[in-house]
Amino acid sequence: MSSKTNTNGTEASGLTPRYGIWSRFKRNRPAVFGSWILAIVIVLSAIGPAVFGWLTGISSDYIPSSVENGALVRSFPPSLTHPMGTDDLGRDLFLRVFEGGRISILVGIFASVISLLIGVAYGATAGFFGGRIDGVMMRIVDMLFAIPYLLIVVVMMSLFGGNNAPDAVKQVTEAFVFLTNALMSLAGASPISTSSGLFQIFFLFVALGSVSWLTMARIVRGQVLSLKNEEFILAARSIGVSTFGIVFRHLIPNISGPVIVYATLTIPSVMLAEAFLSFLGLGVQAPYSSWGSLAADGIKNIAVYPWQLVFPGLVMGMTLVALNLIGDGLRDAFDPKSSKS
Amino acid sequence: MSDVTTKTILEVLGLTVSFEQATGSTKVVNDVSFEVLEGETLGIVGESGCGKTVTVLSILGLLPETGTIDSGKMIFEGRDLAKLSVEEIRKVRGSKIAMIFQDPLSALHPLLPISTQICEVTMLHRGFNRDEARLHAVRMLELVGIPDAEKRIDAYPHEFSGGMRQRIMIAIALSCEPTLLLADEPTTALDVTTQAQILNLIRTLNPKFKTSTVLVTHDLGIVAQMTDRVAVMYGGRILEIAKTSDLFRAPSNPYTKALLKSVPDPSVGRIEDLYQIPGTADFSVVTHGCAFAPRCNRAEQSCREELPELEQVSEGHYSRCHFAKEEYLSNQSKH
Amino acid sequence: MKVYIFKRLATIIPMSLLVVSVTWGLIRIAPGNFYLSEKKLPAAIKENIKKKYGLESSLVEQYLMMLGNMTCRFSDSDDSEGAGLKIAIRSRTLRCFDFGYSLKYEGQSVNEILSRHLPYSAVIGLLAFLIALVGGVSLGAVAATRKDSRVARYLMSLSMIGISVPTFVLAPVLVLAFSFGLYWLPPARWGGMEHLVLPVLSLSAVYLAYIARLTRTGLIEVLKSDYVRTARATGLSEARVVVGHALKAGILPVVSFSGPAIAGLLAGSVVSERIFAIPGLGNIFVQSVLNRDEPLTLGIVAFVSILILVCNLVVDVVYALIDPRIRFGER
Repeated sequence: MSSKTNTNGTEASGLTPRYGIWSRFKRNRPAVFGSWILAIVIVLSAIGPAVFGWLTGISSDYIPSSVENGALVRSFPPSLTHPMGTDDLGRDLFLRVFEGGRISILVGIFASVISLLIGVAYGATAGFFGGRIDGVMMRIVDMLFAIPYLLIVVVMMSLFGGNNAPDAVKQVTEAFVFLTNALMSLAGASPISTSSGLFQIFFLFVALGSVSWLTMARIVRGQVLSLKNEEFILAARSIGVSTFGIVFRHLIPNISGPVIVYATLTIPSVMLAEAFLSFLGLGVQAPYSSWGSLAADGIKNIAVYPWQLVFPGLVMGMTLVALNLIGDGLRDAFDPKSSKS
Repeated sequence: MSDVTTKTILEVLGLTVSFEQATGSTKVVNDVSFEVLEGETLGIVGESGCGKTVTVLSILGLLPETGTIDSGKMIFEGRDLAKLSVEEIRKVRGSKIAMIFQDPLSALHPLLPISTQICEVTMLHRGFNRDEARLHAVRMLELVGIPDAEKRIDAYPHEFSGGMRQRIMIAIALSCEPTLLLADEPTTALDVTTQAQILNLIRTLNPKFKTSTVLVTHDLGIVAQMTDRVAVMYGGRILEIAKTSDLFRAPSNPYTKALLKSVPDPSVGRIEDLYQIPGTADFSVVTHGCAFAPRCNRAEQSCREELPELEQVSEGHYSRCHFAKEEYLSNQSKH
Repeated sequence: MKVYIFKRLATIIPMSLLVVSVTWGLIRIAPGNFYLSEKKLPAAIKENIKKKYGLESSLVEQYLMMLGNMTCRFSDSDDSEGAGLKIAIRSRTLRCFDFGYSLKYEGQSVNEILSRHLPYSAVIGLLAFLIALVGGVSLGAVAATRKDSRVARYLMSLSMIGISVPTFVLAPVLVLAFSFGLYWLPPARWGGMEHLVLPVLSLSAVYLAYIARLTRTGLIEVLKSDYVRTARATGLSEARVVVGHALKAGILPVVSFSGPAIAGLLAGSVVSERIFAIPGLGNIFVQSVLNRDEPLTLGIVAFVSILILVCNLVVDVVYALIDPRIRFGER
C-alpha cells in the first residue's frame, strides 16, 4: 500500500519516540483503565489497612463473634463495619484482602525481577556471543522448557518451605528484616521478626523467579541476535563506537521495549502461580496471607460463606486483568504495527 | 502494437477514494477517469504514494478496510463495479478481471501447495472438477514457463525463486482467461533480468487470451516498452494521459517532462547531472490548486489557487495544466 | 521426518531421566529423610526400613539403583516382587519401568497407583484440551473476522477475564452457581457425564480464553497479508478465504502454544481434581509430595515428564505438517 504509508507518514513527526510510546499508551483505553485499577489496588494495599483501622478501630486481629441459635458465629457477611465480611475466625476480610495484596503483589514483582535479571543476562549473553555458545545455551533452554516446572516447584516448595529454606534464602530474609526494622524504628512502627512464614515467602520469590526466566531469555536473545546485524549497529561500529557504547547506547535501549512488555506480563503469571501454590497449601502460610491463600481458605466455606472466596478472588482477578491490560497496552505502544490496522 | 479497436472494456469515471486515519480522512485518489480498450495495455505511472495502486485495487473492491470509494463509476460489461454486491463482485474477481501483485514472495500462500492455489480458481469459476482443474493447471504452468510443471505442481511457494513465483501468479491470474488483467508493479520486487522475462511473458500471453492490461509501475522504461497508452498520476489525480508514443514525443505537462528528464541516461554525463524534481512528494500539504504546483518550475499564482482541468491538447492526449497547450506546442517547435 | 521423530524420541529418555534426577536430588538434599520422617521410630524398625529401601548403601549406589529400576535392569530371580514390565530372556528377567512401592499406600506399587488414577485425569484433561482448542479457535476466528463489532469486543473482554481468573476461583464460583444455586449439576465427585461438566469447563476456561486471543491476533495479522488479498482477488468467498487460507496460517501460534498448554492442563488438573474431589493423578501427586512419598513422587514426575515430552514432539510434528517451510534438523 505504497500510497497509504506516504500520506500518513507525518504522524508524530518532531516528537521523540518515547513520547510516541506514552501517547499511544494513553490513547489505549483498556490499558488506561487497567492502570487505574492497578493504582487503586496498590494504594489500598499500601495504606488501606492502616486507614481502615484508623477509621473503624478494627485491626486485623480483632475478632467479633456472636451467638445465634446457641452456636458461636464468627463469619459475618459484608456490612458497613466489615465491607467484605469476615473470615471464619472472625477477622475482617477487607483488612486481610489488602494485607494479602501486599504479599501477592510483592511476590509478583520480586519473582519477575529475578526472572528479568536471569533472563536478560542469559539471553543477552547467548545472543551477543552467538555461534556455538548460543547454540548450547539455547539448547539448554529448550530442554528446560520441556520440564513440567510447576511440578518441580511443588516439590521444591514442599521440601524447602519454611524453616527448611536454604541458608542463603534465610540470610537474605534476615537482612531484609534488619533493614525493614531500621526503617520501622524511624517511622516509630513496631518491628517485625523473622519467622518460617517469612522464609517461605522469600523462598517463593526464588522458586518462582528461577523457573519463569526461560521465555524472557528467548525474547532477549532473539532481539539481540537480530539487532546485532541491523544496519544501525553496523553503522555505529563503522564510525568507531566502542563495544560498551554499542551495548548501552544501541542494544539495551532497543531491546527495552519487548523486555518491559514481557516483564509486565510475567507479573500476573507469577501471581497466578503463587496463588496456585498457596491454594495447595505450599505457598504463603499463616500468619501471612495472600490472595491465593485467602481464596483457598474461602473455598472450604463456599456453600455457606461465599463472600470469603468471592472478595479475594474478585480483587485478585481484577488486579490480574489490570496487569494483563497494561501489558497488552505496552506491547501495542512499543510496537504499533503489532495490532493496529 | 496490435490492432487497437475502439471497444471499451473498462471505463472509470470520476473515481474518488479516501482513507480513514487517526487525523481524519485523506483523499488518496481524486476524480480519476480513464478507459481501457480491448486488447490494449494501459500504463499508470507515478511516484509511490500517488494513488496508482489504490486506483487499481478499487476496481476489484480490494481496498483495505480503512479505504472507501467516495464516488465514481467503474463500468465493466455494462455494470458499475462499485455498485455490485459482494457476491457479484466475487464472480468478477479472478474470472473476468484478474490481478497480479507487486511482491510474489508474499502474494502466494506459503502453506498451500501451488496446485491448490491454481485449481481452486478454475474449480470455482469454470466449474472444473479436480482432475480437469489439475490438468489445466499443469498446462498453465507450462505456458508461463515453469519447467517440469507436472512434477512441481505440488510443491510449495518457498521452493520456487521470486521470478518463478511471479510466473505462478500469472498462471493463476490467467487461468480463467480474464478480459482484464490488473498488474500492480509486477516486476518491482524482481531483479532486472527476471523483470525482462516476466514482462515478455505478459506481453506474449495477453494477445493469446485477448486480455487487456492495466500495468501499474513507476518505471518509465517499462512504460515505453509495454504500454499502448499511459496515464501519469500525481497526488491522486491524473495529470496527463496519452498514447505512449505521443507522451514520450510530446509531454504536455511539466510533471511528465520532469519525470522524463529524471530518467538516467547512461550515454550522458555523470550522476550529479541527473535531473531531480525539487522538493518531495508530500501530497498532504496541497489543499487546493494543482498538486504539483509547489514543486513545479513554471507554477504561477493561478496554479496554487485553481485546479486546472484535464485539457485536450491533441487527439486522445489530455493534460491537466493551465499551460497544457503551450507545453504541447513547445515540444512541437523543438522537433 | 521419520529420522527426526526417532531422534526426538531418543532424546526423551535422557531428558525425563534428567527431570527425575533433579527431583530425586531435590528430595535428597532437602532437610529431613523421606523414609524416616514422621514420628520417632524405634532403632530396630529404623534399621529394617533402611535395609528395605537400600538406604545403607552410598548415595551414588542409591541413585543408580533408582535409575535402574525406573528404566531397565536384569534380575536373576523371577520373584513376583516389583512392578513394571517383565520380559523373560532365557533364564533371566528384564524388568523395566519398575517405579517401586508407595511408602504411604502400603502394598501398592507406584505402577498400580498410576494406572488406577491416570484415567480420571486423562479424561478430564483431554476433554478440556479439545474444548479449549475448538472453542478457542472458533471464538478467536469470530473475533478476528468481525474485529470492530460489538460481539468481538465482548468476546475479547470475556477472554481477558478468562486468562486472569485462576481455576480455583472460577471452579467454586461455577459450583456455587450451577450446583448450589441452580441445582443443575453435581458439585463434586466422579460419576456420569454430568459430573464431568464443571471440572472440564473450569479447567479449560483459561486455555480457551488464551487460545481465542492467540487465534484472533494471528488471524488479524494474516487477514492483512498479501496472500489473503490474492485469495480475495481470485474471487473466493470470504468464508473460504478465512477457513481455507487465513486460518491455516493464523492457527500456527495456537499449535505452538499447545505444548505448554498440555503441560499447564496437567498442572491445572491438580486444582480441578482437588476442588471436585476427583481421584486423579494431580490429586495423588500433591498428596504424595505432602506425604513425602518419594517413590510415588518420582514415579509421577517421570511419567508426567515423558507425557509432556511426547506431547511436545507431537505438537512439533503437527506444526511441521502444517508449515512445509519447517525443515527437520535445521532447528
